[in-house]
Amino acid sequence: MNNEGVDTSKRQFLTSALTVVGAVGTGYLAVPFLSQMQPSSKAMAAGAPVDVDISRLESGQLLRVAWRGKPVWILNRPPEMLKILEDMDPFLADPSSNESIQPETSKNAVRSIEPEIFIAIGLCTHLGCSPTFRPEIAPPDLGDDWQGGFFCPCHGSKFDLAGRVYSGFPAPTNLEIPPYRYVTETQIIIGEDTVEDSA
Amino acid sequence: MKARMTSCGNWVLERFPMSKLWNEHMAQYYAPKNFNFWYFFGSLALLVLVNQLVTGILLTMNYKPDAKLAFDSVEYIMRDVPWGWLVRYMHSTGASAFFLVVYLHMFRGIMYGSFKQPRELIWIFGMLIFFCLMAEAFTGYLLPWGQMSYWGAQVIISLFSAIPIIGDDLSLWIRGDYVIADATLNRFFAFHVIAIPLVLLLLIFLHIVALHEVGSNNPDGIEIKKHKDANGIPLDGIAFHPYYTVKDLVGVGVFLFCFASVIFYAPDMGGYFLEHANFIPADPLKTPEHIAPVWYFTPFYAILRAVPDKFAGVIAMGASVCVLFLLPWLDRSPIKSVRYRSGIYKKALFLFVVSFVALGYLGTQSATEGVTTASRIFSVIYFGFFLLMPIYTSWEKGKPIPERLTEQGSLEECIPKIVDTFNEVTVKKPIKAADGTTAVKLRPNPSGIASVLIRFLKRLKASLD
Repeated sequence: MNNEGVDTSKRQFLTSALTVVGAVGTGYLAVPFLSQMQPSSKAMAAGAPVDVDISRLESGQLLRVAWRGKPVWILNRPPEMLKILEDMDPFLADPSSNESIQPETSKNAVRSIEPEIFIAIGLCTHLGCSPTFRPEIAPPDLGDDWQGGFFCPCHGSKFDLAGRVYSGFPAPTNLEIPPYRYVTETQIIIGEDTVEDSA
Repeated sequence: MKARMTSCGNWVLERFPMSKLWNEHMAQYYAPKNFNFWYFFGSLALLVLVNQLVTGILLTMNYKPDAKLAFDSVEYIMRDVPWGWLVRYMHSTGASAFFLVVYLHMFRGIMYGSFKQPRELIWIFGMLIFFCLMAEAFTGYLLPWGQMSYWGAQVIISLFSAIPIIGDDLSLWIRGDYVIADATLNRFFAFHVIAIPLVLLLLIFLHIVALHEVGSNNPDGIEIKKHKDANGIPLDGIAFHPYYTVKDLVGVGVFLFCFASVIFYAPDMGGYFLEHANFIPADPLKTPEHIAPVWYFTPFYAILRAVPDKFAGVIAMGASVCVLFLLPWLDRSPIKSVRYRSGIYKKALFLFVVSFVALGYLGTQSATEGVTTASRIFSVIYFGFFLLMPIYTSWEKGKPIPERLTEQGSLEECIPKIVDTFNEVTVKKPIKAADGTTAVKLRPNPSGIASVLIRFLKRLKASLD
């Protein structure tokens, strides 16, 4: 090939320009390729609220329901459980739930609207295992300090009966409280805070 | 007929460098003549890879990547598909065998300094292969859609959510749903059967190309290319084919014997290869009482659990794998093989192995206080081995390194010694049976066992100096 008299700087310019255009094109193509791994419209629509009847929930009993595919606990706490919660503060990482996720209505000492009925998303805030309900006091495997609560079998995080995490364990925050409201005294809707939400 | 064949062969040879490739990588690839059994594990890893590919393809013919159908389709393979149980157990046992073989292969590399100059890139490619293998094992473990599949994946994907700012969006993007769901299962299937295997094959190709460029290291850790004969062939080298292909066949035989024993007699290995909870279909509302990863992930899992902070724990676990990438630059000693290195390195390596095995055990146990404390101690030793390496390896005073490869005792010479040891630890005793007859029987000899143990410990101590 005869390269004499060729302006190589023009060739260089064309090569660079083509490279840039190609890179931009690939970049654009990456958007649909990467976004198609996002949750689909169907998955996003599947978060409908759940209606729960608690009229037959006995004192000290725990009910599990599924909301958005996640376990939600409904625990009927008798007065002695509520009494224990008052003295838990020194053991806890975030006793007043300032760093934790909950609706405003549940941001109180017992983390619920009605003190007896405790509702929480049953997934550890560490790595998402579902903690086990351990209401007994000071069982041999959990030690003498255990006042009843939830124990995560995966990495040993401990939560009290209001889902508040003990300090010194891997879970960073208290258990998340989902939005919920009472329709009647014994009927709860999980997944919405106010009547307007349902509209 | 024969002329036909030759002309047919020539037709190919004129168009494809078949004999050139064969000679370069097999018949005229010169490997050091002193390879010991540690050198079986590279070729065994290839064998297990082939096993995984073949059985994997067969499994996809009956498996259904759908959250509603997956668990039942695996049981269908196990019960109704002809020989389905064998194919499935070959695949699940193959996964554990892959890690066992690769861990031993990596330890060989650390022990004989095979990662050192000029083989750093081989080590890097190897580490990337190890990474792919972990991704492959993780995505594959979700597919049976049992309890462990589900909650294991939940934990591992949640690890990404610990990353500040982008973490939650990233884990959502990986899952494709707000929880582990059908979308997750379906994409993990895609990763497991096509995306990662393709990357893995490419990396293995690069690993071997890089190896054949610089040549193999050996248990003495000296370069055989320094001494060549008149034809440019290393004096201490032998052709890979037929010498090592035939030698590797022995390793393959021993390996297949063990592999088949596990497949036929202990396919779940008491819950270590296939966990008991995974025979229960996935239940998003309930985590199994005790969850632990499969054995090959437990050392890293124990490190994760040892740290009482979410983000720091994830970082520590990531670092425990990534620190291996830096090995060629952390080790400052110019001596490759452990045979000629100083006592301080041997002791450090010994502690590292102990801590790795101990972490592996602790990772299988529930998170009680004692387990957590022990995990913390061994995690410190694990990281200490790597992070203090630039210091203690620069103090090292090695032993004199020979010019040429050395001879080691062969298996044949070992046999009389094994017989002697056996005679020492046993004693022949006449024993009276119930019917009055006496028979001479072998019984353990306590003093013999004690003296053998003392000798063993003394030799262990001497070998660490």
